[in-house]
Amino acid sequence: MKNSLRKNVVALFFIAVSIIFLVKLFYIQVLNEEYKFSAKNNVLRYDVLQPVRGLVFDRDSNLIVSNEPAFDIIVVPREVTKIDTTVFCNSINIPKVDFIEKLNSAIEYSKYRESIFEKQIDAITAANFREKLYQFPGFYLRKVTKRIYPHKNLGHLIGFMGEVNSKKMKEDNFYIKGDLHGVSGIEASYENKLRGKKGMSIRLVDVHNRTQGKFNNGEYDTLAIRGKNLISTIDIELQNYGNQLLNDKLGSIVAINPKNGEILSLVSSPNFDPEKLSGKNRSNNYKKLINNRTKPMFNRALLGEYPPGSTFKIINSLICLQEKTLNVNNFYNCDGKYFFEKDRSVKCHKHTSKVNLSDAIKYSCNPFFCENFEKYFDKFDSSEKAYKNWFAHVTSFGIGDWMNNDFFSGRKGLLPKADYYNNYYGKNNWNSSTIISMSIGQGELLITPIQLANLSAIIANRGFFYTPHIIKTIENELSIDSNFINKKFCSINKEHFKYVIEGMFDVVNSKNGTAYNPKIERFNICGKTGTAQNPHGDDHSIYIAFAPKNNPEIAIAVFIENAGWGSKWAAPIGNNFIQKYFELKDK
Amino acid sequence: MRKAKNIFENIDYLSVILYLVLVFIGFFNIYASEFNDDANEIFNLSKRHGKQLLFIFISSLIAFFLIIIDWKFFFSLSFLIYALSISSLILILFVGKITNGSLSWFDFGSFRIQPSEFAKFATALALARYINLFSIKKFNFSKTILCFGLVLIPLLLITIQNDTGTALVFLSFVLVLYREGLTENVLIFGISIFLLTILCLILDFFVFLIILFFIVSVIFYFLKKKKKNIINILILFVFCIAYSYSVSYIVKNILPKHQSDRIMVVLGQKKDPYGIGYNVIQSKIAIGSGGLIGKGFLKGTQTRFDFVPEQSTDFIFCTIGEEWGFSGALIFISLYLALLLRILFLSERQRSNFSRVYGYSVACILFFHFLINIGMTIGLFPVVGIPLPFISYGGSSLISFTILLFVFLNLDSYRLQILR
Repeated sequence: MKNSLRKNVVALFFIAVSIIFLVKLFYIQVLNEEYKFSAKNNVLRYDVLQPVRGLVFDRDSNLIVSNEPAFDIIVVPREVTKIDTTVFCNSINIPKVDFIEKLNSAIEYSKYRESIFEKQIDAITAANFREKLYQFPGFYLRKVTKRIYPHKNLGHLIGFMGEVNSKKMKEDNFYIKGDLHGVSGIEASYENKLRGKKGMSIRLVDVHNRTQGKFNNGEYDTLAIRGKNLISTIDIELQNYGNQLLNDKLGSIVAINPKNGEILSLVSSPNFDPEKLSGKNRSNNYKKLINNRTKPMFNRALLGEYPPGSTFKIINSLICLQEKTLNVNNFYNCDGKYFFEKDRSVKCHKHTSKVNLSDAIKYSCNPFFCENFEKYFDKFDSSEKAYKNWFAHVTSFGIGDWMNNDFFSGRKGLLPKADYYNNYYGKNNWNSSTIISMSIGQGELLITPIQLANLSAIIANRGFFYTPHIIKTIENELSIDSNFINKKFCSINKEHFKYVIEGMFDVVNSKNGTAYNPKIERFNICGKTGTAQNPHGDDHSIYIAFAPKNNPEIAIAVFIENAGWGSKWAAPIGNNFIQKYFELKDK
Repeated sequence: MRKAKNIFENIDYLSVILYLVLVFIGFFNIYASEFNDDANEIFNLSKRHGKQLLFIFISSLIAFFLIIIDWKFFFSLSFLIYALSISSLILILFVGKITNGSLSWFDFGSFRIQPSEFAKFATALALARYINLFSIKKFNFSKTILCFGLVLIPLLLITIQNDTGTALVFLSFVLVLYREGLTENVLIFGISIFLLTILCLILDFFVFLIILFFIVSVIFYFLKKKKKNIINILILFVFCIAYSYSVSYIVKNILPKHQSDRIMVVLGQKKDPYGIGYNVIQSKIAIGSGGLIGKGFLKGTQTRFDFVPEQSTDFIFCTIGEEWGFSGALIFISLYLALLLRILFLSERQRSNFSRVYGYSVACILFFHFLINIGMTIGLFPVVGIPLPFISYGGSSLISFTILLFVFLNLDSYRLQILR
């Protein structure tokens, strides 16, 4: 092609594109009537269709979270004219100061876009307000749903809803100002499943805000898609029973099905009613709860960190068995005291003096475990090496780290690293005697109730666990997170478990066991009591247990704050709880 | 011959007038898009229209300076300017500031510079200088590759900055190379790839395969049934399948979601009136509501009430469309086309390759901006943020397009002096 021709091609290309533009412009500006409405100063109104939030059921399909219709008052500040504020405020029962404040906040957000003026007014107030709505241009009612919680004591488990903050709005453009989202519990951790998908309907409105019809015959409209329903692993009857057991006490009960990691109950006491934290009195109620001395908003089952006490002896026994420093047939003579230094000793309680491993667990004999802790350390050429190996074993039980479960909150607990002692005492300047309290679950160790319940499940399973989780199935999804389906093994071989389990069986079923109760023999419960020394007050009472001994289906951990010996409160409550589990099952 | 005393006699005044008319159309429309019930003084430097007036003043000074300077300055410094520009593009990857998701601004306190705007100018100069080194007839393969290299380096650097719009503009140099003798097969290839891309995105993959198979069969029917032809056509068929499969894979799985969504919205494959599609719907409503004669200056409703985002920069054409209607848009597009064609005309009368190639580059760069920007406001093109030259608000953009144009007008005024 000659260059003169090519020059024309470029010019023709320019002209052709201009013509295409003009044709398209002629079409949308002159021929197409759909865009003409604006010539009459009409505008489009975007109506957000709020999706209905997903429901939550317990494992037997009892509804534990549901919805109820409510109304939001929407305002578009540009359209607000002088109105009778007294009539307005009286009809929805707010002081005038609030009215001015809310309107200003809406103006600050945008004069032209809608913001939520008042949230979740009930259907009756809304009906009254609707009658007067014609007097208040710029205000609208939008139908929404309000969360209803049929059970008043599930605050920790279900969590509650709160308004999104500006940080959340930036992170996720799903939310606009005034939207609610889950703040804690299941509401928060499954927010993305529960919230559904917003819809949009675009209307034409004239200058008097009268709807002139749908834009483009609704071609751009989308429907709201409701959130997914969830089925929880919780057994609501068992949960409620646990709440009754802990009535007027501070503490928690966590129950897990060791076969699959499903959490059957997660009781933290005192509790609160999530409904108090939704609706109009939210901020007042919140203040009351947060200032309460017993900390009802604090989820003890997930966030409480306590020394595990004697329950930790189980892990130490298993480690010693695994490392072959403990022989199950050897007997130890307990004389009531164990001297780990010349003039310092760990005391014991009264029991027959000759004990093997099972007896030591049954009586919770302190010297036995101190002795074996030291024996274990002697196997290694340095304390640091011994400790690091011990640390690796303990970590494999899920202690000292995040659980990676489907809860919104959690704590790691505390399992000090070898470096901690190196820094504290100096390298090579510490040994098993220095940290002898670790052998009986005291010292620096801290553990959360859910971690302890998981430990109980590991023992029940003889060496493995599934990460505990609270949601069983999500609607229209084939499976839950694979993290909850994968078996995770601890570092102890299966054959070592039978000796400690014998001991734990005796704890409940032998006459001088620390949690002996002849009435519950038929459930074959294995347990271990613990008492956590508490520098701030009375000791905490602790109990772990699982049942039945063979093929266990429930594993629990019970913490009762400031209740003294494990055998005094935690063990009876735990055994009672397990008994209830079997009763409910037989029903 | 141009002499010092009649510097301004050889300037092409038609271009200068068209330039000024467009710049002031831009100013008044920025004023209209910013107009609201309070604070409307023209000289308000806290408002965009006030700032734009300042930018226009600065641009005029620069234009004046560029006219009186000797043409040899640009000619001899071409490669140096190119090198500086590339360095600044590399530098910005390390010290740049992120604006609207793209890392393309140098920040000097209240003053910011976008080096990618100047890279177009630098690339045009370098390409012109390079093609000037040899005559048209010697446009062989290795030189073609080098020409593409000159264009591709800034294009890739700007793509890394995540400024897709500006990177697209560099494709305009293909038109320049075509004018200079690049084989038209490149254009045909480009257009085919473009069509293939669109088809494989809007059609179901299976339907797409059937259509492709049908086309190939038809070609096969008309071709001579030689063994070589059969093999070629099979290779072509396999290539098309592989290409379209990878395109749809890239768009659906690799591109950032906001970009693939924009493409899908334009292709009509996705509706999202509140998210990605929002800009386009609002912009079309604004333009469409203008009707035949428009609502009149400062009377637009859609443009003012925050409905159209980026109203004074990327979506400035909405204001023109709404307030001046189809007749205004017709006049505006005609004026723009007149300037583009005028530059092409001036380029063709150059005696040196350098001036002609540079002139073509200017026209094609402006044209690509015009194509993408207006195309996006009326929904013919995905929403990629690039300004409409001389019209959109913004100092970097106005100044860089002024430099681009006035360097050419300078070269044109010396056209009798500049030989090959």
